Formats: sequence, structure tokens, C-alpha cells
Amino acid sequence: MSEPLSFELSRPAVDPPRLPDAEVAGPAPADVLPPDALRARPPGLPRLSEPEIMRHYSRMASLNYSISENFYPLGSCTMKYNPVANEVAAALPGFAGLHPYQDEESVQGALELMWRLEQALCAIVGVDRVTLQPAAGAHGEWTALRMIRAYQHSRGEARTEVLVPDSAHGTNPASAALSGFQVVEVKSGGDGRISLADLESKLSPRTSALMLTNPNTLGLFEREILDIAELVHSTGAMLYYDGANLNAFMGICRPGDMGFDAVHMNLHKTFTTPHGGGGPGAGPVGVKTELVPFLPSPTVERTNGHLTFDHKRPQSIGRVRSFYGNFGMLVRAYTYILAMGGDGLSQASQDAVLSANYLRKLVEGDLEMPHDGPCMHEFVASAHDLTTRNGVRALDIAKALLDRDFYAPTVYFPLVVPEAIMVEPTETESKATLDAFARAVKDIVAEARTNPQSLHEEPRKTPVGRLDEVTAARRINAYLQGQSQDPVLRWKAPSEKPS
Amino acid sequence: MPYLVHSPEDRSAMLETIGVGSMNELLVDIPQSLRLESLQLPDGLSEFETMAQISALANRNKVFPDRLTFRGGGIYRRFIPAAVAAVTSKPEFYTAYTPYQPEASQGTLQAIFEFQTLIAELTGLDVANASLYDGATAVAEAAMMAHIHTGRNEVIVSGYVHPEYVQVLRAFGEGRGIKVRKDGEPNKKTAAVIFQQPDFLGLLVDARALTAAAHDAGALAIACVDPISLAILAPPGEYEADIAVGEGQQLGLSPSFGGPHVGFIACKRDLVRKLPGRLVGTAYDAAGRRGYVLALAAREQHIRRERATSNICTNHSLCALAAAVYLTYMGPYGLRHIAEVSFKRAHALAERLAALPGWELAFPERQFLNEFPIRVPKAPAVMRKLGRKGILGGLDVSRWFRELKGVVTFACTEVNDARALDELVAALES
Amino acid sequence: MAGRRYTRSHEWVTVDGKHATIGITDYAQSQLGDVVFLELPSTGRKLGARETFGVVESVKAASDLYAPVAGRITEVNEKLASKPELINADPYGEGWILKLELAGDPPDDLLDEASYKKLTEASAQ
Repeated sequence: MSEPLSFELSRPAVDPPRLPDAEVAGPAPADVLPPDALRARPPGLPRLSEPEIMRHYSRMASLNYSISENFYPLGSCTMKYNPVANEVAAALPGFAGLHPYQDEESVQGALELMWRLEQALCAIVGVDRVTLQPAAGAHGEWTALRMIRAYQHSRGEARTEVLVPDSAHGTNPASAALSGFQVVEVKSGGDGRISLADLESKLSPRTSALMLTNPNTLGLFEREILDIAELVHSTGAMLYYDGANLNAFMGICRPGDMGFDAVHMNLHKTFTTPHGGGGPGAGPVGVKTELVPFLPSPTVERTNGHLTFDHKRPQSIGRVRSFYGNFGMLVRAYTYILAMGGDGLSQASQDAVLSANYLRKLVEGDLEMPHDGPCMHEFVASAHDLTTRNGVRALDIAKALLDRDFYAPTVYFPLVVPEAIMVEPTETESKATLDAFARAVKDIVAEARTNPQSLHEEPRKTPVGRLDEVTAARRINAYLQGQSQDPVLRWKAPSEKPS
Repeated sequence: MPYLVHSPEDRSAMLETIGVGSMNELLVDIPQSLRLESLQLPDGLSEFETMAQISALANRNKVFPDRLTFRGGGIYRRFIPAAVAAVTSKPEFYTAYTPYQPEASQGTLQAIFEFQTLIAELTGLDVANASLYDGATAVAEAAMMAHIHTGRNEVIVSGYVHPEYVQVLRAFGEGRGIKVRKDGEPNKKTAAVIFQQPDFLGLLVDARALTAAAHDAGALAIACVDPISLAILAPPGEYEADIAVGEGQQLGLSPSFGGPHVGFIACKRDLVRKLPGRLVGTAYDAAGRRGYVLALAAREQHIRRERATSNICTNHSLCALAAAVYLTYMGPYGLRHIAEVSFKRAHALAERLAALPGWELAFPERQFLNEFPIRVPKAPAVMRKLGRKGILGGLDVSRWFRELKGVVTFACTEVNDARALDELVAALES
Repeated sequence: MAGRRYTRSHEWVTVDGKHATIGITDYAQSQLGDVVFLELPSTGRKLGARETFGVVESVKAASDLYAPVAGRITEVNEKLASKPELINADPYGEGWILKLELAGDPPDDLLDEASYKKLTEASAQ
């Protein structure tokens, strides 16, 4: 199964689509613009008729796994069902048709939605205010660190270091570095939780913040979170919460109560906005009172039922995105929160924890569990034993699952577990699906013990087999170094591509 | 409860398999003092009630008809072919995850590869990435590339670049030690000269001269471009700009109160390793079949961590897909047609508006495409009057630029038909 | 080879009079997997001991390179630009990375063959 590129399907004889004519007397660009401002050749876009276009994309769609058809046990990604009502809500003309520069009077419903979403998120994570502007989780992390830095500056403090656990997602250190901080790594202890001793040794007057997720990336709750918070706060540093794992505890506990000063949330994880093959998402950030003056501008304010944007915020870190964030994703998330309510969200988190522990139990005879349970909403297993004994790696297990119609779990993350296999089932997968997944894992492990070679050749049923990324990377680098004319990163007409 | 699948019997059976008596036994690691009784939120609703509440909020907004919308400022009303939504609403696309497992994600990967090629063709540059959040963050990421490439700490924003893009650039720059200077000659400290073509007011700038001046100082030239304008205007690659960025909202995405849309970024070959975000390339399997994979990932945050050149993790895949469908639908001549229709209508409108008593073009000596600045007596009152008549008039830009008091930009596209122009002028004359 | 010494960050160095040759170890290349790219400095640059001078990349990993000794770069292995796989195939021979003119004595914390072997065996556990 494969589909040619639109550029390969393109036929010069195809008419352009029928489009409105100008209907007015006016000059053509060539009549008034200087010749050197004009494009010499039309851009090399494909030329296809609508029926061909629709078939092209339908065929491409059929090459994808998706949550609508497959179970995605992707640890730390929270791949849950995307309610279709959310899509209907975001497409309502009263939202989709709004221009961002309309007068505030004409967009009161949109502002009200943003206000109510902010209130709901405050209640769920236990903070005082939320900015909805960041477009993604990493964007939210960076926004939060900028606020912490601005707050500390306003107090005359020059704190330069951010502490990040060794099990953290790569965006944590990257966001810290890009906010102007030095990154200092904090080690995990043998039980998979942050080592208080190591934390204490790394805290100093230079420490600006500790970035933490709880439950951590191993799916374990940091039991000593209150001690951690006290320790961090005692040095005058702040506590930042990475909301990747928010799905574990809605209605069970709140990062605000644990002592976190800033919290980012991924609406595309916990609040069911679709992943879209890698975005758009949304990464709101919640903060406690002392950080409120530093929130990105504008904020939404409500007085006597009347809503406005507040652009006059002298201490604000400024703007982190154009307009007001990924508004369409905010509509979807709010629709979900309304439908679920406080009772539904609490049950969702409990079911997520239940499902993770259940699945962990089902596969613990087949895969190593480097850390003791119970886990929260996800768990990390290891294929280390299979690798050393049978030469079968976590990657092989991931690929073999694809052949059994499951998407793969997250592998090789977190970095602190060798041959890590990170599984997050979420609350929207049935017991029957979890049972089937556990059976598939059992089959694969049995095959790994008896016929490991066969696993190296999987997947076989997917549109393509394992792709040779090494050769691809070397071809790209040859192009970048001027040794080849084939960019690999785009299509080029054969005539442009000397062999 | 909506979207939950376990029955009470399932839950009991699962607890039993785990070997615990209750949910609480699974939550033992959470200190008792932190446990909540419940969330301070109302209980959930049926879908019918949910949608009634959501629709009520939507109905509190005033939506202006496409044809009577003359406001731009970075977000434009355009005709969106039905094919775009038909493709992006396929669950195989919108409910798929980031394509980390290429064998199970060829549809998404191929769509991104086509998007990268389309943007590279449109901008005339060598390579484009898989997309960014929006035009504003694309400008900021491009400035970061220039900073790393040149080792210099200052960027010059030349002329009327979208004010919100500049605000985002400043916020990004602060964390990274990049100083943002408004106008002025590039010098040895300048990493890049950033300009917008056409600029925020709709006016053409001398992109060739700005690019040459940047290069003379050893700086990069970053062109922030309108993708539809590139059907008419010389692309950045032709005038040797190093990086092209822009906002792709016009490529098949509704205004949606400002997002989600899609930022794009393309560059010359020697800068590709410094491109932020995802890149898709071709690769082959053992049977020789062509497929697509995420490429050059070793420069990204999940591998480079604090040494990564950007912290971006996502792209705006689904919006990039919409843009790819849109550009494929239009093709080279369809795109040029709508760019020309927009051009003609805007010029016809400019002439008629400039003839109104007291109105005059703000920069009569400057060229524009489909958006233009005009001085309007009592601008705020005039725009309010239009609003009452169901017309979304131009954008008063004095809120950002004090020197442009009374200046309003009007935008025209293929959706503003000839009668819509008549209605606008009639409303202003009444 | 006699005289080859190692760093804890998995570079090797041989010293011949005032001249040193630097590369990454067999263990390092096996951990990285197929090398696809190296970012390397230009000749003439002065490096301090333990200073980072470049990056070696495979498809799934990237690792900074640290100078085991201080000195001025006299030669960079040009072949690696088009054939990064030499790092995998022959890390101690054709896959050498830099030649330096030494500045001062090599640091005394460099490891000998036996100590380095112990280090890699310990990390494999």
C-alpha cells in the first residue's frame, strides 16, 4: 500500500478550480508593480482536480493508525477518545467565524467561554489565575519559567539555575535553557522518585525553580511532595508543575495544594482536544497570586458580567503568541469539561488509575517492572531482560504491537529506565481492549523467547516496514554539506534533480 | 457518564485482579492531607444540555458575513473549499498522534512532506519544516536561528511588522539574550534584519534592498510573507532572503478568533540544521518501498534537551494538512487568480474610499496588494457605524502606532464581491 | 594500542611528542549506534582540556565531544564529513577526529586501558 505524492500525480492539463472573477475595474498587479517585485515563474504547486485530490487524501488517511480505530497505549501522551461533540462546538459559526480584532462588545460569548474555562482549570489544579495563550505544553513551560524569572527579577533576585529531574521530558531542560537558565539535573532514587538528598545538595541561592511532574514520568506519585515543596520554598525558589500527567488526579488532589506555584496543562491530553497528527494543542498555565502580575498580556477580566481584555499590565512578560492562543482548542476543552462536570472528571481520573494498575498487573509476568506499584495513570516496564537474553529490544516489541493492530507504547522514555516501555491506557479504553492488549504482549514476549529473529522483521502488515533512517539521515547530511542535490526533505521535479 | 467505558462490574473485577479492595488502596501514595472530597465544579451534563450551553455562548458573539468583512491585520476571510474540512475532519487524520512510529503514521508523514514541499516551492527556498504554532512564533524562531548562526545578539525589525509578532519576538528574545531594535542600519552586532512583505499596513517594502543591506553587514535577512501574495510577488528565495516565515491562516483555515492556525518557516540549505521543530524526509524499507520519517531529530529537544536550539515539540500538523489541501486545490493558477482578484478589488475600493470627503490614502506613493491604509475622519465612530450596519470595517491601527492616528487598514479578498464594495461605500456615504 | 588514554566522557587520545590525536572510543560508538553527522571545529582553534568542541549524532542520539587535552587544532578529519560511518567502522584508526598541537601536559585524570575498561563494564551493569 502506498500513495504517490500530489506532485507526482499532478498533470499540467488540469484546469484551475472555478473561482470568482474580480467583477470590478481595477489594475492587474503587472500594470502597477515594478517588474522586479513580481514573481517570474508560478510556484511549483501540483495541479489536480477535486476528485483526484479527495482520493489522494483518503488513501493517505487509510495509511494512518488513529485513536478512532486503534488503542494508543502511549505513556505520557494521554491518548483518550476525542468526543465528536467538541468538533461540532468548535465549528459553530459563532466561534469559527470570529475575527480576533472585532470589538469586545461583539465577542462577549467568546470571552465568557475563556473566562469560564479559566475558572474551571483553576478549580481543577488549585491555582488563582490561568493564561490560555500558550499554544502547546512546551510553550506553556517556557511561559511559566519566564513569569518566575520576571517575578524574581522584580524582587531584585538574580537566580540563574533551574533544577530538572533526570526522568523529565526533554522539553523541560530545553524550555529552561531558552528562558535563560542553567539546567541542573536532579537524580532519581532507587524507588523511582526524586532523591531528597540529591535535591538538597543542588538547591542553592542560585536556584530559581524546580520543575517537577507528579505523578512523575515513571507513573509514581512523589510521596514526599510536601517535604520537597517546603525544601524548595525555604531557599526562596519556586516550584513548577509539568502538567503532562494531570489525567492521574482530577478530583483526587491538586498541584496547587501540593505547593506548586505555576502549573501548565495540556488541553490535548487531559481535556480531549484531538492530537491532529502532532498538533495543534494548547498549553495554558496556571499561577498562584504572586505570579499573577506577570501573566502574558492580555488577560480576560469580568466585571458585573461584562468581559474585557486587559492589555495594561505593566509587569507582564508580554505576549507569547499572537491573538489569544489556540481559541478553537479552548472551545473543545470547555465543551468536554461541561459535559464531564466535576463528578465525571473525578471518575475519569480514577478509571485512568484503575486501568493502568489493571494492565500493569496483567503484563507484570511478561515484562520487568523496575519499580513497585501501585502506579498512578501509567506505568513503566522494561525489556532489559529480553534484550540481554534474547536480543529483543523495546523497539521490537513496539513494532510487533503494530502488527497486532495496536499503536506502540512510548519506548526509551524516561531515560532512567533501560529499554523502557511506558504504557498509559486512559479511562476511555474498555477492559476488553486492555485484556486483548495484554494477550498481545504475552504473545510477543513468548515469540521473543522462542523466535527472536522473527520479531526483528516486524511490522509486516503496515504500509511500509521499518524504514532505514540511518541512510536517510546520511543522505540529508550529504545534501546539507553540498555533496548531493537531493534534499530528501522535500520532493523535487526529476528534471531539477541531477542523478 | 459521557465518554467513560467501565461499568461498575468492570471496576470491581479489575480491582479484584489487581488484588486490592478499593480504589483508595491504589491511591495510598498520596498524602491524606492532599486528598480532595470533590471538585468545585458543577456536575456533568447530557450532550444535548452541553451543546445548548455552548451554542448560547456562540450566539452571544456577532459574526459578520464573509463578504462584508473588510478587516485584516493578519487574519483574513477567504473562500475555503469544502475539500479542506472534508479532509481535516477525517478521524484518521485528526485523532492520530505525532508520527513517532512511522510505519503506523504514513498518512500524516506524507501530508507533512507535501506541506514542506509546497512551502518550499511557494517561498522559493530550499527546505521548509513541518510547521510552527503561528506567524508570530515563526518570526521569533527565525530570529533565534539567526542568533545561533551568526553568534550576534541583536535583530532589527524594519518598518511596520505585525505589532503582535514583534511583541512575541521581544518576549522570546528576552530569555535568549536577543535585543530587538526598531529600524536602523544593520551593523556588526546585527544577527538579522526582519521585514514583512507586504507589511502590517499592506504596503510593499523594498525586500531586495533590505536583504542586500542585511547581507552587507553579515546579517541574515528574514522575510515574513503572506503566502497568497507569493502567487504574485517575487518569493524570498528569488531575492536571496535567508529565511522566510509567515502565518498560514489564509490557506484554508477559518478566523476562529485568532487560532489555531499555522506558522511556516523555510530557509536556505546552509541553515537547515538550525531549523526548529519537526522535519519529515523520505526513507526506504528493506523491500525498497518509499516511506516518510521524522528526520534530523537529533537536533530537537527530546534528544538535545537543554542544548536544543528550540523547545518546540509539536507542530500544527492538522492546520498544515489544511494548508496542503488548500494549496493543492488551488494549484499555481488558482492561487494566482485569487491573489489577482483580491488585488483588483482592493485597488478599486481604495480609489472609491479615497474619493469620500475627508478620506485620503495614508501612503499614496506606496504600492499595496489587497490591504491598504487610509486616513479616516472620526475613524472609531465610522467603524462603529459600519458595525451597526452589519459590516466589519477596517482595522484602526492607531492602537499600536501613535503616529498613525486616524489610519485604518481595509482588506479585500475574493469573498468581497462587487456588490459588497457598493454596500460598504453606500454605508459610508449615508 | 599502547599509550592510548581515555576520558570519562568516552574520548581517546594518543600523544606523540607535542602532537595529540583524538577520537571517540569503540564503546562510545557502539552506544550511539550508526553515526550520521559530526559537527566539528575548524583548524587553528585553541581548546582547553575538557572543553566541548563538537557534536556527534546518530539517528536517535547526540553527544557532545570534549577535548581530553588542551591544544591548538592542527587538523580535522575531513573524511568524516562524507563518511561519518568511519567512526563506527574504525574508531581508533580511520575514524580519528582531531589532531592537536599540545599546550602543556595532558591532565593527570586521563584513564589507562584497564581503568577505562572497568568504567565501561560498570556502566553496562
